Amino acid sequence: MAVIKRILAVFLAMAVTAGLLCGCGGTTTQNPGPSDETTDSSRADHGNEITVGIAQDLDDSLDPNLMTAAGTREVMFNVFEGLVKPNSDGDYVCAVASDYEKSEDGLTYTFTLRDGVVFHNGQSCTTDDVIYSFETCAATSVTSAVVTALSAITDISAQGNTITITLSAPNPDFISYVSSVYIMPKGYTEQSTAPVGTGPFRFVSRSVQENFILERNEDYYGEAAKLDKVTYKIYEDNNALFTALNSGALDLVAHLTIDQVNNLSNGYNVLEGTMNLVQALYLNNAVEPFDNELVRQALCYAVDVDSMLEFTAEGHGTKLGSSMYPAFGKYFDPALAEAYPYDVEKAKKLLAEAGYENGFSFTITVPSNYQPHVDTAVVLVEQLKAVGIDAQIQQVEWNTWLTEVYGNRNFEATVCGFDASTLNASALLARWVSDNDKNMINYNNALYDETFAQAQSAADESEQTALYKQCLEILSDTAANVYLQDLADFVAVNPELQGFTFYPLYVIDMSCLYFAD
Amino acid sequence: MKYIVKKICTLIITLFIVSLLAFLAFQIIPGDPTTELLGTEATEEARQALRQELGLDRPVLVRYWDWLSGFVMGDMGESYNYRMPVSEMLADKLPVTALLTLLSFIFTIVLSIPLGIWAGSTRSRAVDLGVTVLDQVIMSVPPFFVGMLACYLLGNVLKLFVPGDFVSYTVSWSKCLGYMILPALAIAIPRIAMTVKLLRSSIHSQLEQDYVRTSRSRGSSRGKILRRHVLKNAMIPVISFLAVSAAEIMTGSIIIEQVFTIPGVSRLLLASISNRDFPVVQAIVVVMAAWIVIVNFAADLLYQLADPRIRRL
Repeated sequence: MAVIKRILAVFLAMAVTAGLLCGCGGTTTQNPGPSDETTDSSRADHGNEITVGIAQDLDDSLDPNLMTAAGTREVMFNVFEGLVKPNSDGDYVCAVASDYEKSEDGLTYTFTLRDGVVFHNGQSCTTDDVIYSFETCAATSVTSAVVTALSAITDISAQGNTITITLSAPNPDFISYVSSVYIMPKGYTEQSTAPVGTGPFRFVSRSVQENFILERNEDYYGEAAKLDKVTYKIYEDNNALFTALNSGALDLVAHLTIDQVNNLSNGYNVLEGTMNLVQALYLNNAVEPFDNELVRQALCYAVDVDSMLEFTAEGHGTKLGSSMYPAFGKYFDPALAEAYPYDVEKAKKLLAEAGYENGFSFTITVPSNYQPHVDTAVVLVEQLKAVGIDAQIQQVEWNTWLTEVYGNRNFEATVCGFDASTLNASALLARWVSDNDKNMINYNNALYDETFAQAQSAADESEQTALYKQCLEILSDTAANVYLQDLADFVAVNPELQGFTFYPLYVIDMSCLYFAD
Repeated sequence: MKYIVKKICTLIITLFIVSLLAFLAFQIIPGDPTTELLGTEATEEARQALRQELGLDRPVLVRYWDWLSGFVMGDMGESYNYRMPVSEMLADKLPVTALLTLLSFIFTIVLSIPLGIWAGSTRSRAVDLGVTVLDQVIMSVPPFFVGMLACYLLGNVLKLFVPGDFVSYTVSWSKCLGYMILPALAIAIPRIAMTVKLLRSSIHSQLEQDYVRTSRSRGSSRGKILRRHVLKNAMIPVISFLAVSAAEIMTGSIIIEQVFTIPGVSRLLLASISNRDFPVVQAIVVVMAAWIVIVNFAADLLYQLADPRIRRL
């Protein structure tokens, strides 16, 4: 009995303490609590810093040579720079280099190191650091296109404040790869956890799955960023991200869907850009029936991209027609988007010609974490029914998609989007060369291989552009895939925050943002 | 003493089996850590180099042994994704989940015991019926639904709080605690209903016992009998039920942390599973399993303390 009494006494004590706790807790939620919270995140009291909501953690690596996720690159664009860097027009401007020259034969590049470039850890940037960065990038980068481009370097040397790079063969895209070589301090080994670069913002701290904090680089050589601090809050869940946005707790969220924009009730400015990716129904050209060009063409005629855009995004988005998106104005040809007008009869005829007059069935494997692709697949299934094709959707986890579809090419069709890791056409086109190890769809076309190879070695830029355009036409003519769209990208911005700029790459430049007075 | 040694052996064996199963599960699901880490652009050489660096090129059992011997020595390894020591990440996230579990446990006790006693001792038929029906309804509502409802109604419609606007305990304890109240309640509500139901029926069955009639016939008041005798006996099954609840509340946090975007251990666990960040998953699975085994053990002990008859058997 004494024991029971003691236990009851303990319970009672717990109950009383808990009652007190609850009491305090209760009042915090009901009265001053929430109003406190709202003032904290209120837009009036921004203190020249912003909170940006992102839908994924930066969980690949912060090391510039090892980062792969688009979301990570989007953030780290503000921290790292190359000798040159892309601007919002898609041109390359000098960054760590103050000037560069290309020799007549296209084999030698001479970069002049800018005076007064200081790393975020206080160290001055020297030509040694630049050479180190090139060597490290060539040895460790996970972007194979960059590694390949850098492998053509036969010599890199410094003299005074100039760096000379010699190539074994001319490469008109070389400067775009130079922008992917981020300049890092020599011998610094903590890049994957505490990155140090030269960009307008420096890395301050991170908390796994919670936040990622950048502060203005006070020693920036160029025009310094206007914001003092940018806090990325990590939601890893689109709904949670949207609720937080709608409550007014965030200053900027990109990559919203049209539904979210329509439900936004909190007085944000909504800007519309494009995602800069090629969304398509990618077909495995090596499996039956997609090894038959007629079948692939039939699919192109059977899919009505306009009504799809209407369905999934109220008409927002850009029709593509080939492996190129409009931000690459030089190569993009809008005419290709109209190459296969919606025509059910023609599709049926082509199917009959190919021996599939009764249609067939196949599976579309879609990464389940990308809602726009899943939505697109749903519409595709409906549209294909009209020509007697029975498509099934199989949603898989991203890692499974990467292994099975992308790696093992063990799929029939998939909906996904390819973006360009560097600002050049080959970032989008190289993968369709028949022996390319990224040729997920097993596209095999001798003419394409030849044209692409010619484009790669063309010394003259206009000739190269023409050849790349030819590549795009071949992809369209042979209906390599059912090309769909470049998705619309909606960005919600605090109305007091000015200067948001869209880039032709998947990045958000925080240094152009500022608060209007 | 013998009992405790036996329990500790069970704990060790359970943890061993759980960790081995978690490890083997990773061999079955497709994809390895390098697929996600290196993305779509990496060369095969880079992939092989990373596999080698992470030690993934070695046979399964060698890797397991490596992990096990490290773990026993207190080294949980390093996260593949974050390149941070797993122990550091857990030290950061465990307090969050622990706080959520504790808060929700406190809510369960504080709300269910008085309610249960009231429901069990009331003489009003209407109240009794009302409580039974309400109990049944609440019991069958899963915590994640309560959570979603709370987020929507209190967060989006009434704007009493900002769902997802979690404040870390390292920044402000009071704000962190304030944000935790709703998720803790969401986990606690079905538990409360179950405890109320159990306590109510336990009191009812005690009230039918002979000793109650005897005391009545000796002139004791109903209230006095309830307080003196019935409650003490009726509490015994409830105590062990509550103790076991502590384990279930912890696992209940797995879903609630997703609903309320609380960056605790459970969210880390889910992300790490899809990243195939094996050292992190292994550590969390073992910690959770240990918690469940220990809590069950504690429930056992508590039960024996509360009811001396069990020890005599």
